[in-house]
Amino acid sequence: MFHRAFALIVLAACVFTGCSNSPTSAKAAVKAEKDRKPAPDFSLKDANGKTVKLSDYRGKVVLLNFWATWCGPCKIEIPWFIDFEQQYKDRDFAILGISLDDDGWESVKPYIEQRKINYRIMVGNDELSQQYGGVDSLPTTFVIDREGRIASIHIGLVSKSEYQDEIVHLLEAPRRGTNRTAARGILAFVRAE
Amino acid sequence: MLSFGQNNVLSVTPPEKVTAKAGTTIEVKLSVHVRPGYHINSNQPSDEYLIPLKLSWDPGSLSGAPTSLYPKPSMEKYSFSEKPLSVYTGGFEITTRFGIKDSASSGPATIPGKLRYQACTDRLCLPPKTVEIQLPIEIVK
Repeated sequence: MFHRAFALIVLAACVFTGCSNSPTSAKAAVKAEKDRKPAPDFSLKDANGKTVKLSDYRGKVVLLNFWATWCGPCKIEIPWFIDFEQQYKDRDFAILGISLDDDGWESVKPYIEQRKINYRIMVGNDELSQQYGGVDSLPTTFVIDREGRIASIHIGLVSKSEYQDEIVHLLEAPRRGTNRTAARGILAFVRAE
Repeated sequence: MLSFGQNNVLSVTPPEKVTAKAGTTIEVKLSVHVRPGYHINSNQPSDEYLIPLKLSWDPGSLSGAPTSLYPKPSMEKYSFSEKPLSVYTGGFEITTRFGIKDSASSGPATIPGKLRYQACTDRLCLPPKTVEIQLPIEIVK
């Protein structure tokens, strides 16, 4: 009886905290769900001319990176993002890069090819920067949760592990609706007992 | 494309009025100061994608094409770069030579100039910016 009660408590705690084994630092960097604001939607063309809408990524964790070819710190992050794209692409994760180069694709396309960037790149504009709070330094990166809300913002270069921890934390977080369904299951189980 | 609050990253001391005789060459020094903690790319950056410091003048009919002489840059290693970068930090001067034409009309004039730069710290970069400069000049015969 005691073991069953303990198991129930653990299960309930697990359901309500997300059962995550993510590092504590990632939890600290990621905003609490109630504090997350919706990421402004946008519609931009990628390097292949295909339309990219942020809203199409609902249900996925998205790392939205504002960068430019002339930005040295941005150059450091690109190989990390290439790794993340490879590592997590099958786990509902995507990276979207928005270049703020004045000359647009003229600089950006050769750069994508040289650096073998494997995630989608778009060319941004002033309006989009303003929608994201006035992006005034690069790199600026928004980590967006499955519900399309901004879970964390990084201005300037941070470590690869910091991004990785946050991505894993958000990927492992329960999907919306999961808690309620699981909680109903537990209650039904308790009532049956 | 973008406008940013980086007014104090680089400052240019407004040049004092110069007197130039028509048909001669004059040198004008422009004092530039970069805010501590920031660096700007030199006029010959280490990477093709980096934006160079560029001083340009529009002397109109007063002079031929001016020549700007940039100081020797320093080679600095930053955490984001594998190799040292060719940069300017702190205070420095750019010298420009104007060959005043014989035909230049005497009297006061202003030569407009532009200084384009792109600044970074060890962790982040600000978009390129252009500072407008006005060089007051008095042409005498």
